[in-house]
Amino acid sequence: MSPVSRGFLGRRRPVADPSRLPPGQYLETGFPVLSAGPTPHTPLDEWSFLINGEVKEPVSWPWKEFLELPSETITVDIHCVTKWSKFDTHWQGVSVDTLLEHVNSEAAYLTAWSDGGYTTNLPLEHVSDGKAWVAYQYDGEPLHPEHGGPARLLVPHLYFWKSAKWVRGLTFTVDDEPGFWENYGYHNLGDPWKEQRYQGD
Amino acid sequence: MERAALPGRLTWQLVSVVELVEETTRAKSLVLTKPDWPGGYRSGQHVDVRLTAEDGYQAQRSYSIASAPEDDHLVLTVERLEDGEVSPYLVDVLMPGDKLELRGPIGGYFVWEESLGGPLVLIGGGSGVVPLRSMIRHWCTTPRDVSVRLIYSSRRLSEVIYRDELTGYGSSGVDVRFALTREWPDDWDGHRGRIDRTLVDEVAGPSEERSRIYICGPNAFVEAAAGWLADGGRDPGRIRTERFGPTGT
Repeated sequence: MSPVSRGFLGRRRPVADPSRLPPGQYLETGFPVLSAGPTPHTPLDEWSFLINGEVKEPVSWPWKEFLELPSETITVDIHCVTKWSKFDTHWQGVSVDTLLEHVNSEAAYLTAWSDGGYTTNLPLEHVSDGKAWVAYQYDGEPLHPEHGGPARLLVPHLYFWKSAKWVRGLTFTVDDEPGFWENYGYHNLGDPWKEQRYQGD
Repeated sequence: MERAALPGRLTWQLVSVVELVEETTRAKSLVLTKPDWPGGYRSGQHVDVRLTAEDGYQAQRSYSIASAPEDDHLVLTVERLEDGEVSPYLVDVLMPGDKLELRGPIGGYFVWEESLGGPLVLIGGGSGVVPLRSMIRHWCTTPRDVSVRLIYSSRRLSEVIYRDELTGYGSSGVDVRFALTREWPDDWDGHRGRIDRTLVDEVAGPSEERSRIYICGPNAFVEAAAGWLADGGRDPGRIRTERFGPTGT
């Protein structure tokens, strides 16, 4: 039990549906940017999306072919480990299920990797069956580079560091291999409803 | 990007408020008893602070550590956000003797320690100077084999945090450049207006120097400075950023 902070009342912001706010989070209306380094700007004619690693045949799509894949519009709540949550964000992108139809793999884990060297690890079961997308539009506009454009991973049921900005590929791995923030002490899975912020949570 | 060893579990701890230092009209330094952290902490890391109301309601926020690992106390410098929930409490209500619940240290990428070398180039906007101040204090405890340079941008002189400390470095080897963006005294000999590419390039040094660059501040500030440096051919892996504030998009 936490002791009471003398004189703290809390400026509780009215949240229409508090059941949508995971523990320890507050509602944000802006869209904060958090990145560990400079924003990469890869020209679209040099961009491709690659699925490789423990697969029978790697597969890749250049930008134009990627846009021709069946896409979905997604409206979801997102939750950042730095405590803000944002409701009803609108995205367009390709379901990871659609991408995975093109590869054969027995491996149970994936590492998403990005321009700039960022990586994050995800169990296959957390990116399949309608749980994850590679999104290239936000609010009807091309995804801004600061928010991960041209394309970012979108895994809204996990803390947002798992939704890798500037994503360029998914690598299947046999073992679960911690990614960038996971190596720096952040939780390996990052379920906001279990408040899995840091290792051991 | 480099990899670090996995630290242990982060547990909530109670520390005591020893002293509150008014840095500016909006910012206070919270001088706290040192938490029991097995490996100590590193300059650039942050903590989560948790407040609890009488009815059990809780709010958490993250704050950068302002002190160096060698300092006697853990210091957090907090700027009051007018529509904030936690910062107004920390700046206006908290008193010496109060207890504060926190856990950490958090983050391992936006850190500087002697083994990383330099030259060390620090670029801070507003309260983004807080983790950079920790790095400067830590640098002062090293043999000072690498140079350290700071650009610190504030709106006006009255909003400059750690003003006496930073101006006092003088000839000690810490090169401090202030920029004031909104107003400045008539005899102001620092940078006038927003920081620009010329200033950032000059302080960052030639790309062959392979400076270790740390940029912290509002997102637009960080995006601009990091963008100029990366465009200039510097290794993006040596430019580490920490950003705050909504973008409004």
